[in-house]
This record gives sequence, structure tokens and C-alpha cells, in this order.
Amino acid sequence: MNTITKLLAATALIAGLSSAAEAKTLVFCSEGSPENFSAALSTAGTTFDASSRQLYNRLVEFDRGTTNIVPALAESYSVSDDALEYTFNLRKGVKFHTTKEFTPTRDFNADDVLFSFNRQWKENHPFHQVNGATYTYFGAMSMGEIIADIVKVDDYTVKFVLAKPEAPFIANIAMDFASIQSAEYADQLAAADNKDAIDHKAVGTGPFQLVSYQQDAVIRYSAHPGYWAGKALIDNLIFAITPDAAVRYQKLKAGECHIMPYPNPADLAAMAKEKDITLMKQEGLNVGYLAYNTQKENFKDVRVRLALNMAINKQAILDAVFQGAGKAAKNPLPPTIWSYNEDTPDDVYDPVAAKALLSEAGKAGMKTNIWAMPVQRPYNPAARRMAELIQADWAAIGVEAEIISFEWGEYLTRSRAGEHETVLLGWTGDNGDPDNFLYVLLSCAAAENGSNRARWCNAEFDGLLRAAKETADVAERTRLYKEAQVVFKREAPWATIAHSLVFKPVRNEVVDFRIDPFGGHMFYGVDIKE
Amino acid sequence: MFGFILRRVGMLIPTFIGVSLVSFFFIRLIPGDPIILMSGERGISPERYAQFQELFGYNKPIIVQYFDYLLAVLQGDLGKSISTKLPVWSEFFVRFPATLELSFVAIFLAVTIGVPAGIIAAVKRATSVDHSIMGIALVGYSMPIFWSALMMIIVFSGMLGWTPVSGRLSFMFFPESITGFMLVDTWLSGEKGAFASAVHHLVLPSIALATIPLAVIARQTRSAMLEVLGEDYIRTARAKGLGRRRVIGLHALRNALIPVITTIGLQVGVLMAGAILTETIFSWPGIGKWMVESISRRDYPVIQGGLLMIAFLVMFVNLMVDLLYGLINPRIRHQ
Amino acid sequence: MTDVALDSTRKARKAQFAEFWHYFKENRGAVIGLWVFMTLVFLAVFADIISPHEPNIQDRTAFLLPPAWIDGGRLEFLLGTDAVGRDVLSRLLHGAQFSLFIGVFVVSIALAGGISLGLISGFFGGVIDTAIMRIMDVILAFPSLLLALVLVALLGPGLVNAMIAIALVLQPHFVRLTRASVMAERNREYVIAAQVAGAGNTRLMFRTILPNCTAPLIVQATLSFSNAILDAAALGFLGMGAQPPTPEWGTMLAEAREFILSAWWVVTFPGVAILITVLAINLIGDGLRDALDPKLKRS
Repeated sequence: MNTITKLLAATALIAGLSSAAEAKTLVFCSEGSPENFSAALSTAGTTFDASSRQLYNRLVEFDRGTTNIVPALAESYSVSDDALEYTFNLRKGVKFHTTKEFTPTRDFNADDVLFSFNRQWKENHPFHQVNGATYTYFGAMSMGEIIADIVKVDDYTVKFVLAKPEAPFIANIAMDFASIQSAEYADQLAAADNKDAIDHKAVGTGPFQLVSYQQDAVIRYSAHPGYWAGKALIDNLIFAITPDAAVRYQKLKAGECHIMPYPNPADLAAMAKEKDITLMKQEGLNVGYLAYNTQKENFKDVRVRLALNMAINKQAILDAVFQGAGKAAKNPLPPTIWSYNEDTPDDVYDPVAAKALLSEAGKAGMKTNIWAMPVQRPYNPAARRMAELIQADWAAIGVEAEIISFEWGEYLTRSRAGEHETVLLGWTGDNGDPDNFLYVLLSCAAAENGSNRARWCNAEFDGLLRAAKETADVAERTRLYKEAQVVFKREAPWATIAHSLVFKPVRNEVVDFRIDPFGGHMFYGVDIKE
Repeated sequence: MFGFILRRVGMLIPTFIGVSLVSFFFIRLIPGDPIILMSGERGISPERYAQFQELFGYNKPIIVQYFDYLLAVLQGDLGKSISTKLPVWSEFFVRFPATLELSFVAIFLAVTIGVPAGIIAAVKRATSVDHSIMGIALVGYSMPIFWSALMMIIVFSGMLGWTPVSGRLSFMFFPESITGFMLVDTWLSGEKGAFASAVHHLVLPSIALATIPLAVIARQTRSAMLEVLGEDYIRTARAKGLGRRRVIGLHALRNALIPVITTIGLQVGVLMAGAILTETIFSWPGIGKWMVESISRRDYPVIQGGLLMIAFLVMFVNLMVDLLYGLINPRIRHQ
Repeated sequence: MTDVALDSTRKARKAQFAEFWHYFKENRGAVIGLWVFMTLVFLAVFADIISPHEPNIQDRTAFLLPPAWIDGGRLEFLLGTDAVGRDVLSRLLHGAQFSLFIGVFVVSIALAGGISLGLISGFFGGVIDTAIMRIMDVILAFPSLLLALVLVALLGPGLVNAMIAIALVLQPHFVRLTRASVMAERNREYVIAAQVAGAGNTRLMFRTILPNCTAPLIVQATLSFSNAILDAAALGFLGMGAQPPTPEWGTMLAEAREFILSAWWVVTFPGVAILITVLAINLIGDGLRDALDPKLKRS
């Protein structure tokens, strides 16, 4: 960088951010356009960032920067002894946004909670079909099967009756899809025959309200003046939509934005050296794995799976695929999640022992395949490169593996149907509950529906998971999950590969931005230094 | 003339049906499924999947879907985007002005530079001026614009810091969207510096997009001029002692411009193809980028509607060029 | 045909070629283009021998090294290395193979398909002609790159599918050209004479009419050759063409895009390679057109 650039960068900075003197404006160079402004309709983090994380609240929420659950629109809740009834005491005096389209006449109350859940749950709800909504997350978390009834006890008390004990329920309703929309606004839109607007001209109770959205260009928010937890420290929030990572970095350097997500791994070294930028870093709530299809002849014997695990050089993968932005995985849980078992031993890289073990199992010189996905995922930045490395490692012990790839949708469907021998995939946590990894990915029920790509059903492991679902006692659940991880390691249905690291370059004038373990970006509580 | 127009428009009907068939069936044959893609690793239960198939009408026989679609299109309904849930029609019109604005500026650059350059090259035939102009034009014509755009970003934005890296307007400005054309909207808003910022953002993308049309127009103008300059009546005019300037300006240029106008009209398709690359590189929120993203999301209604609209536009412009040609040249009319 | 007649056609062909060559070599640009192109063919054919490294071998000690003449560069990597330590020069040389192959493949398919359809269309006319021409209109109604993108999405990304898609979108130009020439030649005396002499339709189309419309086809083929290389690179750039680690130039650019600000050489050289190749071919194309087009010859 020469001096001219610096000079110009400095003038851009003055020109760009000097207006912050009267009104504090935070600019976030976001990576893409949101699909809409309603988290219940989406599964994309980009949409959550633009909607639920700024515009809405939930009954309970994750404390910013952690996976801990704290009260939000519900001041408190109680659980019945049979763990089937959750009663929420709602917060009073919570204001909805006043926008061009809508002026609220009442505070938030139980009707809004019922509206928001029933819309997703009940097929005959007047808003269920609006905007062709698929409520993918509501379905994916099995909320329809978990909830038996939702009862409005009074204006400020709501009771959820569950169909079966489900400890992760409380974590589920802290997720983005459970954001609370305004029933009054919905009624008004229904009367005006303009129901579609509910997910586009959004109204919520959140710390920021939507001012305008220009597709593919910019989203503008202003601080919600009547926010129940106190007005945000910044006055304006701008999402400058910038899909290209190199361009985002360029803008960040020039001071055209304050925070950028998803930097290029190639630029990290330069970012760390930049003196106006702080490169924040955290372990991601994810795991990348290679699942052995245990229903295929080759992988029925645990010795084969263990031998192949031993043959994989994880360090080489971390270097070549993650380029330093990853951490070797030994458990199916990421280390940032509670009940992570520190004591399980990691697989030892030992090709010689691996070859011997494979011969012992009578599978020396076996042929198999490795499925590699065609897309970049947070838990695996380059699956095909990873597959090439594993292929070479296995070739070293005499295993011949063919690399296979399909279009992403096809890949998911076919691997769900169990057509693979081994498949690379991964998972990003939704709600910080260990159940969200272990049960979703490794239970017998998941082997049945295909989410368990190892198609592995182990009675001992499954029993531990089910026991943990039925108690709300965290200490007891921790014990059960730790034991489950030991069983997992012994049986080796997966080769656990890595947990990726998350990097956020942030300009120095930004105060108290925190990396969200779920990969989101929250700007309430963030300030800008003059 | 009326008969000619009618015949020409009539020819478009089978083409339009063909275009609708292509944009419907090709897209539906693309492997991948928007519902599966939206569910990602989480997956979707077979019951819910069936529900959505029904919701989007994908459970009907594909022929029935096609006729449903065609009927809706004829009523002006292109369906709703699966990902944003907004009507494809309105999504198109939010982005179309951005592409149109960029294309206008690009074609303006291409014509105002390309035509005079071509004339000069023709008049100074076989001199070093001619050779340099045609040399540059050939380089422009051979340029991979997705690469030259990147190079311009490296040099003008990265090293020199003269131009912004991407986008249509600095986030500082907030003009009301009246026409969708940033130049007009910023002008109308009266915000200080907003118009300048819009111009600033247009510089690199419009140069990148103009490269190929400019080269084509310059080459076409030159050869059209050369042809006309060789015609008998020009020689006669020269022989009669008319001034060189007058001959070129009055007689040659007017006749040479006919094929040039056709060429300019035909550049619309080229511009649309160029817009796909240019918009992707400069994060320009237009039609090209929208199509590329929708293809990767398998957003069927958007790809179908977008393809249909773009093809329709190209057909419309070609029709206009044809009609214009027929107007100028009566012989074509009666063929 | 008698030996004498055969001999005279041969002589006529020779004379034709001599005349063409006379005009072609007048055009300095075209000759330079031809030399550059021949060099490229040479480099591509012998890429395996000339390349200092294997194109896909990764040197773990040499990530993103700059070109040799810049501080930090190493002489063994003349044009530097890419993100995973592969030699840029070796990849470019092997990339030449792909680009030239793409050009040949695409033009062959587009020519074969376009000429056949154009001959049929122009020769038989009527309903067949209308049907074929309307289908070509449909293809031409879409911007070529957009249609190629959709086709590749349909067929699945990859070099072969990209080439098929490009051939398909380039073909209508050949159909139109051939059809126009055939219609112009159809009622000429020599054609009617051959018909009277009892020549079959196939023979009429391919042996009698076709050789007389080759000139515009050759020019169009050259243009398509360079267009094919550009379009394939553009598809590769959009991630829909050749897939990594194939050292195709457009794909190399796409992979290098993230280094646009940190390592200029991985972005610059593949683009220069594309530009030089396409430029050389276009120069030849211009020369061919001038030499083959009688209208411009006279002045």
C-alpha cells in the first residue's frame, strides 16, 4: 500500500463516517441479500442477521456471544414436575415498532405469542399459507410433534403443553424461527387484504426497526426508541450488501464499513497486520465429519472404521483445507458446547497399525468411495480437496477409494437415502444443546430418517440420548452426554475431522462487538468510539 | 408497410412459444430441487416435502404445469420467487433499471467513441492512425471482460483508489427510488454529492461493459464507411468537386450509418451477456447477477420468468431494428 | 471424372490457394497472429515436456510465491505459484491445451451441426426450413452466455458439458450462413446441371453446393473459435465450466479471484494468456476475411 492509497483511505474515512458525530451509524458489510424479513420462513443465516437478530425478540434468547439462555419477552418461566408444561410469564410494557405502515395501539401480549407459533404450527391458521411459507426450521426441530397445545392463560401468561418430555424445547424456542411477530399488525394487514407485507414490511419488538431495503444493495435500520431493554447505543444501522469477500475487505480497509463477515482465508494474514482493524476469532459451533455407512458390507466391522480413522492425517487436512482456520475434532460435539468430553482420546495417526488392523478385519485392499460435496460449507471450506487428501491417506494403507460428487441438492437426498459408502458432511449447531448434534445426527431415529449418514443405530448410545432428553437437570444430562461420547469414540461411526474457526475483522472504533457462536451478527449493545 | 409489420410480428409468435418452452422445460430439468436446497443438512420429512410440492404445484404432471404457467404468463403473472416470496415481476422491475442504466451508459460510450473512431479510421485508411485504431479495437474485441474488470479494480480501486470497488451508490446517500435509475434519482433528490457518487460508481462497470460493443461498432463503422466511400455516387460527388468534408459528412455517413444502427441494435444481446459478468464482478444489483444467483438457488419461477423477460426484450429490440431497417430500405419489406 | 479433369481442378485449387496466400501474407497483423497461434499450438502440444513442473503437483513449501523477478520469488517458479503451491507457468502451459482443445471441439460440433442444418434448411425449404429457422431464432433470442449457463446447469458443470453448451449457442450462426449461401447457389446453372446429370441430394448438397460457400464459413469458424475460448473461460470463471484442479484459464481465474488484492500474479497471467490467444486468432480471422472477401480485394 502506498501513501496515496492511505491518504485516499483517510479522506474516504472522513467523508464516510464524519456524519457519525451527530448520529452514530454502524455499517455492516453483509454478504448477501436476505430472502425476506421473517426468520420463520428461512433457514439462511443472512436472513436471520437481517431479521430476527435486529428486528425481533423471542420468549427467551441466547445471551449475546454465548449459548446461555436468558429471559427476553418472557420474564421468567416454570416447568411442571412431569416436564410436560412450560409456563411463561410475559414481560409488560414491550412496544412494537412504529413504521410507515403500522402504528401499534397496544403493547406486546399473549396474543402475539399465540399468533407467531400458531402461524407456523396450524395448517388452517389464516397466515399459515401466506408468502408460500415452508416453516422449514419449525419442521426440522419437530416442533409440530413436540407441542400438544398452546394456552393463553391470561394476557401475560402463556402455557406450552408438550406431547412428550423434551429437554431441548426451551433451547428450541430461543432460536430465530421462534421470533414474535405482531398479531395486531397481522389483523390490520388481513383487513387490508395485504397479508404478504407481514414478512417484508416487518414489524417486531427488537432493538432496531426497518427503515428501507433496496434489493441487493442496502438495508437501513434505525434504533427502536422504545426498546424494552433500553435504546441501542448506535442510532443507525446499515447493511451494505457486498457479496464479494475481497471487496468487503477493501471497503473495511477504506472505512466504508465497520464490520465484515466471512473474510477470505487468504486475506487473514494481511488483516491481522492492519493497524485499524482487529481480527476477532472464535471456534465455530460446528463439526465436519466423514460418515461410514455402517449398513454397507465394508463398514459393518468396527475394526475397519477404526483402521480408516487411524489412516487419516488430520493435521495435513487442517493445513491444506482449513489453512489454519480449523481445529482437529475428536468428538461429534464442538468444544464450545456444554458436556463436551475432554477425556476421550483422539484417533492416533498410525498408517502401519491401521494396515494391520484392516488385515485383521479381513478387508486388506478393499475398494470403497468417498462422497465430497460440491459446495463450501462453514464446517468444510473445500470438500473435494479434503477428499483428495483422504484418498491419498487411504491409498497408503492399500484402500482404493473413488471420489464422487453430485449437485448439492442431489447430494443431500442421495446420502440421506444411504447410497454412499462414506460421505463428507457436517453440521452447524442451532440452539447450543448437545441433543441438537447427537440426537439429530446419530440417534436410531435419525438412522431411520436418513439424517444419520452413518445409518448407525447403537442401543447403548441411543438409550443414553433418550434418557438425556427426558430430564431437565443439566448436571445429569451432562453426565449422560459425556458417556455417550465415549461410546461414540469406541464404535467410530464417523471420522471426526475438524471444527472450523470463525474470523471477524472489525474496525478499531467499534466497541463491544461479540462473535456469536451460532454464526449470527447482533448489533444491540455495540457502540462506536468517536 | 402495415403488412410488413404484421408479418414480422407474426413470425415472433412461434419464437415466443419456443422461448417459453425452453425457459420452462430446461429449467425444470436442471438437477436439484429448491425445497431440498432450502432445507440443507437439516433435511425435510417426506410428508412436509409432499406438502410443499403441492403448494408450489410441482406434484402435477409437468405438461399441465407448463400450460398453467403459460396461461399465467399471458395474464401477466410470472409467479413468485421461492426464496424471497415476492412476485418475480416486481423482483424483475426492481433490478431492471440498474441493468438498463448500466447498459445505456455503456452503449452511449460505445457509440460516441466507436462511431467517430470508425469514421476516422476509414477516412485515414491504411495510415498509422487507421492501424492504431483498428489494433486497439481488435484488442478490445478480444478482451475477456471478466478479467479486464478485475484488472481495473486492482489498478483504479486498489492501487490508485480513484473509483469505488463495487455497488451503485455510497451508503451515505439515501435517495428515494422514483425511477430506479440512480443517476436520475440522485439528481432529483438534490442531496449534495449523491449524483457525483452515482457517476463515480458507474465509471468502471460501464467501461467494462462497453469494451466489446465499442470495438464492434468501431470496426463496423469503418467497414461500412469504406464500402460507401467506394461507391460510384461518392466518386461522382468527389469528381464534381464537392469538398471532402462535405462528401464524408453528408453523403457517405448517412448511408454508412444504416448497417451501423443495425449493429448497435444487435449489441443488446451482447450487453445482456456482458451484464452477467460485469454485474457479478461489481456487485451491481441488476438482472444478470440476479439470474446467476437464482440459477444456483434453483429458484425455478425466477429463472423461468427472468429468461422469458430477457428473451422477450432481445426479440423486441431485434424487431425494432428490423422494422427500422424496413422503413429505410423498402426492398426488404417486400421480400 | 478423367485424370485430366481431376488434374485441372487440383491446379485450380492450387491457384486459388496461391491467390489467397498472396492476399493473406500482405496483412502483417494476420501473419503475426498466425505465428503467435502456431507458437501456442507448439507450447500446448509439448506442454508436458516444456513445463518445469507438473500442473497439479502442490509444493507445500511454496504457497503464493511471486514471480521470479520480484523479491521473494524463486527461479524455479518463473511466474510464481498459486494458493496451494502449484507452478503458475506450468498450469498456463497445460491450460493452452484445454483452450485450444475447447476451440477445436466447439467449432467442429458447431460447424458440423450448423452446416448440416443449414444445408437441409436451404436445400429443401418449406416447412423444414421454417421449423429449423424458428428453432434457431429461439436460441438466438437468449443472450448466449445466459443460455450456456442454463444449459450447463442442466447438464452439470464440467468442461465437456460447457463445450457442448457453447457449441449449441454458437451453431445458429453457421446455420444461417450456410442456408443463405445455399439459397443463393441453389438455382445457379452448375447446380441445375449437376441435378440434371442425376446427382443425388446428398451429393448435391455436400459435393456441389457446399464447396462454394466455404469462404464465409471459414471466417465464421475462426470467429467462433475465439468466442468459444472466451465463453468457456467465462463459464469457468462463473464456476460452471471446467472444475478445479483442471488448469483451464477461466477456472484458474475463478480460483484466484480471492487473491485479487494480495497476489496479483495469479489473477493477471491467466487473463493475459486468454487475451493473447484470442487476439491471435482474431487477427488471423481478420486476415482470412480480407483475403477471402472479393469485395474488399478490389480496392
